[in-house]
Amino acid sequence: MSDVLAVADHRRGAVRDVSVEMVRAGRELAADLGGDLHLAVIAGDTDALAETLSLDGVDAIHTVEAGAEFNHDLYAGATAALFEELSPTALLMPNSVNGLDYAPAVANRLDLPLVADAVGLAYDGGLEATREMYASKVATTVELSEEPFAVTVRGGEWAAVEERADVPVEAFDYEFDESASGARVQGFEEVGAGDVDIADADFLVSVGRGIEEEENLELIEELVEATGATMSSSRPIVDNGWLPKNRQVGQSGKQVTPDVYLAIGISGAVQHVAGMKGAETIIAINTDPNAPIFDIADYGIVGDLFDVVPALIEQFE
Amino acid sequence: MKILVTVKEVAEAADDFEIDGTDIGEQYLEYDLNEWDDYAVEAAVQLSEAYDDVETVSVTIGPERSEETIRMALAKGVDRAVRVWDDDVAAAELDVAAKTRLLSAVIAEEEPDLVLTGVQAADDGFGATGVSLADDIGFDWAAVVNHLETEDDLSTAHVHRELEGGIEELTDVDLPAVLTIQTGLNEPRYASLRGIRAAQSKEIAEYGLDDLGLDADAVASPISRTAMYEPETESDATYFDGSAEEQAAQLADVLRNKGVVSE
Ligand SMILES: Cc1cc2nc3c(=O)[nH]c(=O)nc-3n(C[C@H](O)[C@H](O)[C@H](O)COP(=O)(O)OP(=O)(O)OC[C@H]3O[C@@H](n4cnc5c(N)ncnc54)[C@H](O)[C@@H]3O)c2cc1C
Repeated sequence: MSDVLAVADHRRGAVRDVSVEMVRAGRELAADLGGDLHLAVIAGDTDALAETLSLDGVDAIHTVEAGAEFNHDLYAGATAALFEELSPTALLMPNSVNGLDYAPAVANRLDLPLVADAVGLAYDGGLEATREMYASKVATTVELSEEPFAVTVRGGEWAAVEERADVPVEAFDYEFDESASGARVQGFEEVGAGDVDIADADFLVSVGRGIEEEENLELIEELVEATGATMSSSRPIVDNGWLPKNRQVGQSGKQVTPDVYLAIGISGAVQHVAGMKGAETIIAINTDPNAPIFDIADYGIVGDLFDVVPALIEQFE
Repeated sequence: MKILVTVKEVAEAADDFEIDGTDIGEQYLEYDLNEWDDYAVEAAVQLSEAYDDVETVSVTIGPERSEETIRMALAKGVDRAVRVWDDDVAAAELDVAAKTRLLSAVIAEEEPDLVLTGVQAADDGFGATGVSLADDIGFDWAAVVNHLETEDDLSTAHVHRELEGGIEELTDVDLPAVLTIQTGLNEPRYASLRGIRAAQSKEIAEYGLDDLGLDADAVASPISRTAMYEPETESDATYFDGSAEEQAAQLADVLRNKGVVSE
């Protein structure tokens, strides 16, 4: 049998989206392989999580009861043990921040080749995975000449599976001594609160590294003033300390759904897009015609922001 | 204490480029120090300034050209550097496991107390080497670290891991450890002129597979890139043409029509 084992991601009692997307990736791969799709649910209220993950195409759910939240030693250890028990051909893990914290350790421990951040998977006698490179300017295919293998899948690339099913749930015994773990989670902190909540804005003018210098932000401020918009940004602007964290749009920042999102000098990296693709209308100004932001834009200006933005300000003065 | 910081020279594609086989044509690539590694270097240098007797060593896997990039780390205050390369490495398509084997061998030589890496490399974006390495050498680890404090006796690192959606995980990690560093952890310094001059005389040791006690099997990889292409754009974007003024006028119309600006 050529089975697939996928490890679900969850936090604070909630299944994360990437998990139900991974179910689709997993069941497609299992169909190609002619095997079953097994799902692992590790830590937390495993019964409730397993209930949520009882989805069409999942053949079995294995729960590991240990601890309330993610701990990478637990995840790596339990995943490796379950893998050895089930001997699947493919091991799928999420390319989430927690996935980044344990998937490579599992691959190393089990001596599996690892394809990270896959956006497409196909199997025809061997795995062929699609990945992106060079800041998503190109796609690549990679082929694997070895089995079994491990893959981490990018969130947002597969449609979530929603159809429910009655999936058998089995507890998997795995002993974990948290006190012996060299990494101990002490708690969580919410960051990025502040004077404005960019998630409430109807019109966001968002600025990226194309602005080059902190002084140049004045130009964007002028535009914001002239249009009554709210200013947000990509990550480098916040990393540089030019804007506070509560202005950051993206995976690790805020998720926004304005009527209009005007992206100025932003390339459209996957972690940025994760936060703004739900905007009703996306407009991009960028000098690079190949910038990935144009793939999701409704309107585009291939041009220099230092020419276009002043002209735009004039339109409203 | 010794801190090892892995650095990678990454390639960036020019705005206009052409694909040649399974890679972007060499003439369209520009090289730079990986953004995430720049923050890792800064973290290492800050620790060496905060404590007595800290040695910082940069390690890279890369061709001779990459020495230019490593010198950046040296110019910013790293004490010395190691570069791993030889004909077998050059001929290989290095996957995570191969990089792990190379770096593990360097670590066996250097015996650091702390290893810092970037979260990911900007060009291939695997984001896996640091944690794979930690597991391989039996160090504890933390991935996607955007805040770092160390106990005075350097027994423990108090880190924040930046999760999705503006939530940070507060974690204690026992040293020795590998930490993968996220951008925003600190403010990477610019190399000063003095630093750049000093870097010229700092050592960059060159190791081949032989020197590391490895053979060509160590860099054999079951993963190979078979194609590269420009993704078909799913975009049905309307592009505005003309001069900047004309483009701006069309954009202003759209904004007015959408009702997000009055006038
Ligand atoms: C775990 C993780 C989490 C992350 N979370 C986030 C997140 O929440 N939010 C986020 O934004 N990023 C996040 N990132 C970072 C992300 O990968 C990118 O590095 C970042 O989004 C790039 O920002 P940018 O588009 O502003 O800069 P760049 O990618 O450098 O793009 C700048 C763009 O400006 C254009 N440009 C340059 N000059 C001009 C000009 N004169 N006029 C017009 N255009 C110009 C360029 O063509 C380019 O496309 C995360 C990364 C990781 C690994």
